[in-house]
Amino acid sequence: MLTAGDAWRALEGVPDPEVPVISVVELGIIRAVVVDDAGAVAVTITPTYSGCPAMFEIEKDVRSALLAAGAAAVTVTTVLSPAWTTDWIPESAREKLRAYGIAPPGKADGGALVTLTRARPPVPCPWCGSAATELRSEFGSTACKAIHVCTSCRQPFDEFKAI
Amino acid sequence: MAESEELGIATGEAQAGGRAVAGASRGPVLGPPLVEYLLRLGDDRLILGHRLSEWCGHGPILEEDIALSNMALDLIGQAASLLRLAGEAEGQGRDEDALAYWRDGVRFRNALLMELPKGDFGFTVVRQFLVSAQSVFLWEALLASTHEGLAGVAAKAIKEAKYHLRHASEWVVRLGDGTPESHDRVQRALDDCWRYTGELFAQDEVDAAVAALGITVDMASIRARWDQVVDDVLQRATLTRPADGPMRHGGRVGRHTEHLGHLLSVMQSVARAHPGATW
Repeated sequence: MLTAGDAWRALEGVPDPEVPVISVVELGIIRAVVVDDAGAVAVTITPTYSGCPAMFEIEKDVRSALLAAGAAAVTVTTVLSPAWTTDWIPESAREKLRAYGIAPPGKADGGALVTLTRARPPVPCPWCGSAATELRSEFGSTACKAIHVCTSCRQPFDEFKAI
Repeated sequence: MAESEELGIATGEAQAGGRAVAGASRGPVLGPPLVEYLLRLGDDRLILGHRLSEWCGHGPILEEDIALSNMALDLIGQAASLLRLAGEAEGQGRDEDALAYWRDGVRFRNALLMELPKGDFGFTVVRQFLVSAQSVFLWEALLASTHEGLAGVAAKAIKEAKYHLRHASEWVVRLGDGTPESHDRVQRALDDCWRYTGELFAQDEVDAAVAALGITVDMASIRARWDQVVDDVLQRATLTRPADGPMRHGGRVGRHTEHLGHLLSVMQSVARAHPGATW
């Protein structure tokens, strides 16, 4: 019968639909996995952003991966609390993001309420490593990314926004 | 009191000066305070999110097209969470889709500012600034709400609202302290929006009832912090803060401008043409 460890391993094989280089587990959106005596799995997930359109896709992928791994049944529950933060992404996954061309997130700002101007240093280019980069927009191709451009290698790149 | 009386209350000039629009015996019919309060929060974001979504494919530059669409998504996502809570509090089996697509205009509880047409980019930016500043401070206060579900939405939404506020603040400064043309346009937008800002902080018996339970807070404390941020950004933008004249009210009790009906006719058309459709 499926164990909780098997379930977690199955989920580690589910890529994030928008950033397929890391898994939904590495992204930190799988909050809990409980397997009951009958082999039914209850998964708790949390969205990265309130309006993340990938949540339905993720739920479907989670369900089919667990069923394929031998789960007797799968229920997926979405919770908002505690709110997802990029601080949950482990160092190993950050390296994968960088290699994929997405600058990994910096430290989330925690309690700081409002900074009307963006004070943090330039984000290093994931392609050439240069610090000579410019922020183009804090809103990118998905809700979780910002757009930068490197003035050294002249490549645009995404940054995983810290939240 | 017949519920249909809500329909009989005129918008427009009857509200000028913020005077009561009808005798005490003809007030609007409101539901339980918690349901009404959650609808107000949810509808603000649903309607403003829809207005932002109208920029998708029409932004002045690609980055802004993407940014406004991103923010629309955040707001509509927040609205879905809030309307879900409203449906649960109501207990009549309505989910967020039923509330978004199957209520008529008089049942919407958004502030009037949200439903005004998107205008030019300057108007959109100014409105977004005024609303985002209110949202950030409100969400911060609601982190401590005694309503667990609402506190959860607040913890999520505040992270998004901070990005929205910074984005709008930067543009208000850039346009206000830009060319004579951009300055005039955002000053005009600010003047046009101002009479609708009072409603963002207004409190009636609904707010008082939920505040008494610790679900929300006194809006006066939010207003004070909003004033500070608004003054700071307007000063940097070389814009003039309009005087507080008569304020427009009505959205919180379902008395809307003519713009809401047009918005709903677009927003609700697919759901109503294909009831129960899934994909």
